[in-house]
Parts: sequence; structure tokens; C-alpha cells
Amino acid sequence: MLRHAMAACLALLPLIPTGAVANEVTEFTLDNGLHAVVIEDHRAPVVVHMLWYRVGAADEPPGRSGIAHFLEHLMFKATETLESGEFSDTVEANGGSDNAFTSWDYTGYYQRVASDRLGLMMQMEADRMRNLLLTDDDIATERSVILEERAQRTDSSAGALFNEQLRASLYLAHPYRIPIGGWRHEIEALDREDVFSFYHDYYSPDNAILIVAGDVTPEEVRELAEEHYGPLEPSGIEPRQRPHDPPQIADRRIYYEDPRVSDPYVVRSYIAPERDPGDQRTAAALTLLSNVLAGSGATAVLPRVLQVEEARSLYASASYSGTNLDDTAFSIFNVPVPGVSLEEAEADLDRVIAQFLEDGIDPEQFARIQFQWEAEMIYAQDDVGDLARMYGVGLTSGLTVQDIQDWPDVIASITPEEVMEAARMIFTETTSVTGYLTAPGL
Amino acid sequence: MFRILAFVALTLAATLPARAQVDIQEVTSPGGLTAWLVEDHSIPFVAIDILFEGGTSLDAPGARGATYLMTGLLEEGAADMDNAEFAARSEALAAYFGFDSYRDSINITARMLTQNRDEAVDLLRAALVDPSFEQSAIDRVRTQVLSIIDSNQNDPSDLASSELYAQTFGDHPYGSGQEGTTESVQALTRDDLIAAHQGALARDRVHIGVSGDITPEELGLMLDRLLGDLPETGAEMPGDAPYNLTGGITVIDYPTPQSTAFFGHAGIERHDPDFFAAYVLNQILGGGNFRSRLMQEVRVERGLTYGISTFLVLFDHGPMMLGQFSSSNDLVAEAIDVLHDQWADVAENGVTAEELEAAQTYLTGAYPLRFTGNATIAGILSGMQIDEMPIDYINTRNDQVMAVTLEDISRTAARLMDPEGLHVVVVGQPEGL
Repeated sequence: MLRHAMAACLALLPLIPTGAVANEVTEFTLDNGLHAVVIEDHRAPVVVHMLWYRVGAADEPPGRSGIAHFLEHLMFKATETLESGEFSDTVEANGGSDNAFTSWDYTGYYQRVASDRLGLMMQMEADRMRNLLLTDDDIATERSVILEERAQRTDSSAGALFNEQLRASLYLAHPYRIPIGGWRHEIEALDREDVFSFYHDYYSPDNAILIVAGDVTPEEVRELAEEHYGPLEPSGIEPRQRPHDPPQIADRRIYYEDPRVSDPYVVRSYIAPERDPGDQRTAAALTLLSNVLAGSGATAVLPRVLQVEEARSLYASASYSGTNLDDTAFSIFNVPVPGVSLEEAEADLDRVIAQFLEDGIDPEQFARIQFQWEAEMIYAQDDVGDLARMYGVGLTSGLTVQDIQDWPDVIASITPEEVMEAARMIFTETTSVTGYLTAPGL
Repeated sequence: MFRILAFVALTLAATLPARAQVDIQEVTSPGGLTAWLVEDHSIPFVAIDILFEGGTSLDAPGARGATYLMTGLLEEGAADMDNAEFAARSEALAAYFGFDSYRDSINITARMLTQNRDEAVDLLRAALVDPSFEQSAIDRVRTQVLSIIDSNQNDPSDLASSELYAQTFGDHPYGSGQEGTTESVQALTRDDLIAAHQGALARDRVHIGVSGDITPEELGLMLDRLLGDLPETGAEMPGDAPYNLTGGITVIDYPTPQSTAFFGHAGIERHDPDFFAAYVLNQILGGGNFRSRLMQEVRVERGLTYGISTFLVLFDHGPMMLGQFSSSNDLVAEAIDVLHDQWADVAENGVTAEELEAAQTYLTGAYPLRFTGNATIAGILSGMQIDEMPIDYINTRNDQVMAVTLEDISRTAARLMDPEGLHVVVVGQPEGL
């Protein structure tokens, strides 16, 4: 089957999210609170060095969206000892690659280098944790860059603009309602003071997680981490407390028209529980529910009925990402074939879900999905960078290393009855946001 | 702007660029098929990467889109299975198959567990050798392709690149989208798809890379089982593409706040004696990281874009040197001015010794880091073969990068980079163009 272009726009999860695997994983904590995780893979002399901060877009002060992402960009500028741009120049001069990423719950920085360059990476990463200068010139130019980034990723895409509005409707008070990169008018107003105080408040060893994956031993990592990160003073950071939604008692509907839309679609999102430390069963059942509904383009419930059997959809799917600090979302999508209206497409989703709640899960399909999870424990060992990222997302979402390692066993222990229970919990909920994305005149 | 740092130089002095630690074996099957193998038994699965040369440029006249649609149908029913049965069997084996088409190749990728490899190979064999092309599957996937064609009409990047290729290559297959047009795809018949399958998937054009938990003996048997029943020869390769592009700017009006630019002109062939000089030159000019000239001048110094890059596109029948960026409608004219200035500057003055050294250090240091993971390695192995590289290429590649001199770069820049011939397609509502 051809991947529909919409798949990318809807930012769906991969078929089966990575599970924990058999690579040797070790953790330790430095005296200043820096938590470190080492994942060993000795097949090639390569190492991935990642530093994650437990801070993201959902931790920004009200009215100042975009700071976390702006700071991520500015972290590549001058420090007391490095010139602006020298960080990446040095990584490249060593044959490495580097980048950074921001989400609602975390901000992360990584380099992929030959394993004998790990100390140099730590030296520079520790330096910019505390010694960033943030000059006015750098602020002005880089603000222009992030506005261009927003123009490219969001303002140029009807689907991205629609997702932004949908999310702002889904969460009433929780800061997950703001876009990761910020609202344009708020980005335009960000100044040095906003960024500097955010940097000062959150970038500290006791708010950071070090993940090193590849051709290293835990002893080497510990020694280098003591040397480079050990001298940094902790800030005494407190656990995050964010505004939470009041009870959601009203359904919401949004409707967005944009002339750039060629395939209109309908999406419905429900607030859903996330993985919690020591309590991952509901999230595991919801993960399997998304696999049952949409994990395969030919055999999963939504595409099988709507795309293959009835030919009423170009693309029908579901998504759920359980690794979040606070409440997450379960979403279903339908991109109808030309000639089927969005109202009919919405009714199709309702009908297929209602039928599914009545019929339950095909045991053969459930067995295949469980075997794919088992196989994923083998395949996932092939890319240690993905594993590092999985640990980073898990740990910045409040999980422990033990939770992350338990996840495949939790998944394996879930019964079809638990999945159906999770389905009833989501789909009989009365509050959700339903969105239509279409073009004028369609 | 470009500095050599004392402590970097020290670090490098301690370790010269590492060699990639992979041992490639050439395996010939009893039936005469050849594959390159990196044997690694540490994880119980194998990754397979197969390239069929020719790709969507093999479309017969009047059947544009046939190869693309055919490739999308390979997993939609084969042998005695309909698409749901095929999917259910691959899911039950936890085997993953990919079927992708490009202008010069069709790429088949697979990951399969050691514990059920024979069954997985049989399943993939059915898709490659014995696809059904049932009418219901054709109609369903055709609808998807038509929707992709529609979406591309609303995708500024696709509009820009399509325009540049159309102006460059005219009626040659490179001049049109590989998905075909609404009209050409609607007109495709089952016979067109069967012909496209016969023409594209043949033994005389296959290149195979394999990495993971398999021995050479096992691989030899697997190759015959998987591909032995494909036809010996396929369709004739298309001829050289014409080159009709002239310098200038084309604006396509599209209502969006940010303009998308796609630019370039003729490039260089993989086997040209100056290929490595061009490769290093491209790295310095716009090779995709922060250090490049264009990133520095357009993004870092002026904040005119989020990213700008250039790349050598090694089309078999008409190589190109291309690049892209996006800028807000009120900034894009200035960004194009900077691009032109840099293009002319490098064409006339070449690059500095510092730039060359930094690029060589990066390229030679980064190369061994590529060889991680079975899937990645299998892809590199098939790619090396389709590019006709020798099996010891990995051991000589860094030396070839290091051998490039400033004079090589100057000569190649003067020959390759043509400020007058540079064409920029802008999709958006640019101000001042």
C-alpha cells in the first residue's frame, strides 16, 4: 500500500512503538543530582551523547510561549569560552553530527560521534548548561530564524495550523494547549530577559538527564561525567506543577477552511491517561487499542473496514502516545474518498467504532500484535540511538528506568478484555473535540 | 568566520580518521545471483536491501505512473493471498517489507527474524515474483495515487521541484512526476501494470545488500528462492535526458506567507574524475550543516531562512546540482541575492584552505560513523553496487576525499558552478521578484 501523504500531516505513531530491549542498561546519579543512563552497544565505535532537560513548552510562563524552543536554538551561540557557532563547528570538525529538539515536556541536545570523542562532547555540553552569554545580536537574528521555522513548519501547512487549533481546544487550562514553538505574536515579543530567566531557572544538573548509548562502558561514562558535569552546582529544583484542566463537560467542534487543503478530513480527539510510574496498565491497553484499530493498513479495524472493504476512505487511522508527563490524547481520523462528505466520514467513524465495541477483538489479530511487540525487542537493538531517545522521553515524562524496562512485559500481560475496557472508557466518554479540515467550496 | 580551534586540533592529532569496521563478503548463489553481505550474528534478524535499476523512468510512453502504481501494488495481493491475507501473514511473522520507487530505481527493503526467515522469504518472494494485480486492489491504490497527485498540487516544495525538472528535462521521464498525471493514471490498465512489473523487476538489473544473522551459504540459497524466478532481462533503460534549463527566476503564484525556492543547474556524474572535488565543494557550499557557506550567510548572519542546503543529484541520465530553502515572502528576494552572490563568489574564487580542511575533516570523520545497524548497512551495500563502486571502496573512500586539493576545488567550481545558468523557481507570493 502506498503511504498516504496525510499520514505525515497527522503525525501518527509508527506501527509499534519501540519497546525496551536486552542491551545492557546501567544508571547512576551524580552528587549534584544529574541522572545518567548508559546503554551499551559495542558493534561499532560510535556513541550517542544526549543531555535532556526536564523542561519544555508546557513549562513556559503564560503569554510567553516559544521560550523553550527559542532557548534550544540559542544554546548553539556563544558561551564564556566558546564563540557563537563553535559548538557545532567542533562537533563537525570531529566528524560528528549534532542537533536538538523541544517538546512540551522536555528539551534535548545530542551529538553522534566516534566513541573516543565523548569527553569533548561532555566538556562542551556542561559548559553551555551554565555559561551561555545570550547577546542581543544573537537574540535578534535567531528570533528571525525561529519565525522562519514557524512559517515553514506551521504557517505553510493547513494541517499544522489545524492541529494547533485542535490542541488549543482539547486542553482547557493545561499548557499542552500551546504550540511547542509558540504563537507567532508571542514569539515576536520574546526578549533576552524572558530567555535568560528561563535558562537560569531550569538548566541545571539536578534538572538534567544524561544518556550515553553505544560503544562505551558505564565506568568510562561515570568517570567522564564526574569530570565534566560533576563540578556544576545544583539549583535545588522542585518537581513540576502545572495548571490542570477542570472537568471537561462540553463537547467542542472546530471547523477550519484553508484553500491549500486538497483532501479534507475529520479528526476526533479524547483526553486519555498517560503512563504513570508503576502504573502503566491502562496506557498499555490504550497502546494496544491503537494497534488493533490502526496498526496495519490492511488488517486493523479502521482501515480494513473503511479503506479496503467499503472503499469509503483514503486513509482511516487512530493514534495514541502514552509517554507524556500529564494527560495525553487518543485520536481517530478519517480522510474520505472524493464524494463522501465530512459529515458522512464522521458518521463512518462512529459506526465502525460502535461495531467494534459490540464485536470485540479478533483473537488472531491480537496474537499477531503481541508477537510483533515481542519481535520489536529484537529489532530495536539495531538502533541504539532510538533506544537512547526512548529512555530520554520516558525519563522526562516522569517514568523510571524500571518502568521503561517493564513496559514490554506490561504490554505482553494485557488481555483483550482490558483493551475493550479501555476502548469503552475512551469512546463512551462524552467530551471530545471533533475537527473538520476542508477547503472553501469543497 | 571559520576557525581552526586549538583543542580540536589536539583531539584530532591523537586519532586519525577511523576506518569503517565492516567486512563485506561477496556471495554468489548457486543460481548465479550476487549479493554483498556483512555477516553479524549478534542480533537474531537479517536486513535485506534490494535495488532494481531503472525505476519509474522505465514507464512506457503513454503509461506515466505505471511503475509507481505497480510498486504500490506488490503487497496488495500475491499468489493465493489477497491484501489482507498477505498483511496478516507478514504480521504473524513480524516481518517488515518496504516497496518504494524512485526515478532511477525500485527499492525493496526487508527485516526478518531468524526464527521464521524461510517463511518470510517465501512471502516476499510471492510479492516480487507473483503479484496478483487484482482489479479491486488496482482501483483502491489508484484512488490513493490520484489523491497524492492532488496533494502535490498543493505542496509548494513539489510544485517548485516539478517546475524545475519540467524546464530541464522536457519530455524525458525525468521531466514529469513519477506518480503520473491524473489523466495518465486514470488510463492505466492491468496490462500496463503487468508490463511495468515485467520490465522493472528483472535479474539483469538487481543489486542486493544484506546485513545480519545469516551465513554466506544460507544467503546463497535464500537469493535463489527469493529472486531466482524473476525474468532474466527487463525493459530497455531510457536514453540520456536533454538539458533545456536556462538561467533565471520563475515565480509560481501560490497563496502562502512563506515562499519556497528550489534552485540549481547541471551537475556531475558519479564517475567523473572531479566527482570527489565536487562532493567536497558541495559540502562546503551547502552540505546541510551549520558550517556551510550558505547556512552561514543566509541563516546565521541574516536570519532569512530556517535552513538552506545544496545537493548533488546523481540522476543516471542527467545529473544535477540542486538546492532549496524557504523564506517569508518579504525576505525571499534578499535571500536569492545572497545565494547568487555566493554562487558567483565560489565559481570565481573557489574556497579557502580552512574551508577545505574543515570539510575534509568532517567528511572523513563522519564516514565510519555511518556503518551502524543492519538496516543501514544493507542499504549502503546495495547503493555501492548500483553506483558501480568496487567492493573495497569503503577502504579507499576517505583517501579520495583527502586527496582533493584547493586547485581541484577551484577547477571544479569554475567548471560546475554557473551563476548565469542558475535557475531559481519560487513558489509563493514573493515581494520584489
